Amino acid sequence: MGLYNYTIYELHEMLIKKETSSEELTRSIFQRIQKVDPYIRAYLTLAEEAALKSAKKIDKLLAAGDRVPPLAGIPMGLKDNICTSGIRTTCSSKMLENFIPPYNATVAGRLIENGAVLLGKLNMDEFAMGSSTENSRFFPTRNPWDLERVPGGSSGGSVAAVAAGEAIFTLGSDTGGSIRQPASFCGVVGMKPTYGRVSRYGLIAYASSLDQIGPITKDVTDCALVLNSIAGHDPLDSTSVDRDVPDYSSALVPEIKGLKIGIPQELFPEGMEKQVEELVRKAIEKLEEMGAVCEEVSLPHTPYALPAYYLVAPAEASSNLARYDGVRYGFRDKDAEDVVTMFMKTRSEGFGEEVKRRIMLGTYALSSGYYEAYYLKALKVRTLIRQDFDLVFKNYDVLVSPASPTVPFKFGEKSEDPLSMYKSDLCTIPINMAGLPAISVPCGFSEGLPVGLQFVGKPFDEETILRAAFAYEQNSGFHRPEPSLEVN
Amino acid sequence: MSISRKDVEHVALLSRLEISEKEAGVYAKQLSEILSYMEKINELETSNIEPTAHVLPLNNVFREDKVEQSLAREEALKNTPDTEQGHVKVPKIV
Repeated sequence: MGLYNYTIYELHEMLIKKETSSEELTRSIFQRIQKVDPYIRAYLTLAEEAALKSAKKIDKLLAAGDRVPPLAGIPMGLKDNICTSGIRTTCSSKMLENFIPPYNATVAGRLIENGAVLLGKLNMDEFAMGSSTENSRFFPTRNPWDLERVPGGSSGGSVAAVAAGEAIFTLGSDTGGSIRQPASFCGVVGMKPTYGRVSRYGLIAYASSLDQIGPITKDVTDCALVLNSIAGHDPLDSTSVDRDVPDYSSALVPEIKGLKIGIPQELFPEGMEKQVEELVRKAIEKLEEMGAVCEEVSLPHTPYALPAYYLVAPAEASSNLARYDGVRYGFRDKDAEDVVTMFMKTRSEGFGEEVKRRIMLGTYALSSGYYEAYYLKALKVRTLIRQDFDLVFKNYDVLVSPASPTVPFKFGEKSEDPLSMYKSDLCTIPINMAGLPAISVPCGFSEGLPVGLQFVGKPFDEETILRAAFAYEQNSGFHRPEPSLEVN
Repeated sequence: MSISRKDVEHVALLSRLEISEKEAGVYAKQLSEILSYMEKINELETSNIEPTAHVLPLNNVFREDKVEQSLAREEALKNTPDTEQGHVKVPKIV
């Protein structure tokens, strides 16, 4: 067993007992990266020198017998849409290929202050638009459970890195499922907190009313530890909520007797794989055995969430991505003789196909004559979707569903048909539309490929979904599955 | 819903994207398919429903009007493709 197999809390103990040092741990993870990343391709940028320097700093504190936070000395990776001061942040786009942020995203700053050691930046679908990481402008990332298959997306690099032991934990971002769907595909734990729980300052925007940063970890205990350090109000993000942050670790009690769990039939969509449904139903039986009360519920408007999302998110994206014009930062086409030609050429070369598709879709939905029929209508549908959740949560504590309707698919299987790719997020999108917290945990394997179970909570009630997910994880027999990555 | 090549060209211009004739054809087909699927939301009656642009009850957030530390000009211009004398430089506008 290598050091990369351990969790944050185990390594924390080992660091305190001096059974290892942060430097030794960090070096061993870089060795692991060197060995497996040529196959997985999770990382876009490595920051080895800076990482070893941070690790040594933590080792000094430990040697002096200082108390250190749980994340101190622990190697982490960040999705490449999270700004890191002095370290290239590309969004997997040609547009930002050489962009070096002059500041840290709030989450990056908080983790670094807590002593976490930044290893590097992780691959993703360009500007977080996609469900397979095939839309990266640089290269696709592969699924550690089967190198012929996608890791999911858009946080594919972040998730594959944790599954393959190339980081102890990572952060991703989730706009329509971009943490939970890949977590399901790679057999790790991924959480999207409530909208407003975690600062988005320094997260390169895709759809601002839906984006949320969250932890990707080996298990639920680690998830709580990372959430503890990134949650909370930030004056630099006016949508981050000023509200107390509980100690999420103390929510981890393996006891769900009497917990009322709703099973929304609409989150078991038509066309979902039979094996996925069977594993999720089995997990629900397990929750019942443990004393939870599980009942079928209905969220009648959720089947409309996907079409509404693909109007709202591209509309916001078309506005957010207007800033990439080649003027102040990022790629510029240098041959254009006038400024409008420069805008057009810069954007056409700088953005990839899916990004252009969504910009055009969003521009169309917002354009004169179509605004009311598309964008405004979608916002009204969003209200109906929220109301469904509000109503169900009057009688239930948690909702449970699959995190993805399928197991990981093969490269190229959906990349030519945008709509079939979009449907990969059927189980996760409604939750973003309502701004709720949700977590995906492993619940078994279908022909050797991981399946994820999704727990959805009330706004700002991350504690209850952490407790339910923890209780399930401890009793499921699927705690910390590890792929047998056969590489030379 | 059917989007023509001409619609695509119009939207591309609004989006400041240059697309080839071949691309316009591909996007017309794809966007038509996607928008036809979106039509599903028209099954819902929403005339008395308030829109949700944001899930949180947001108000304007102000801070004290006092000077705080900010990026030095040199730092702010580090990623700029072309500069001159501390300014951003772009090609001819008019």
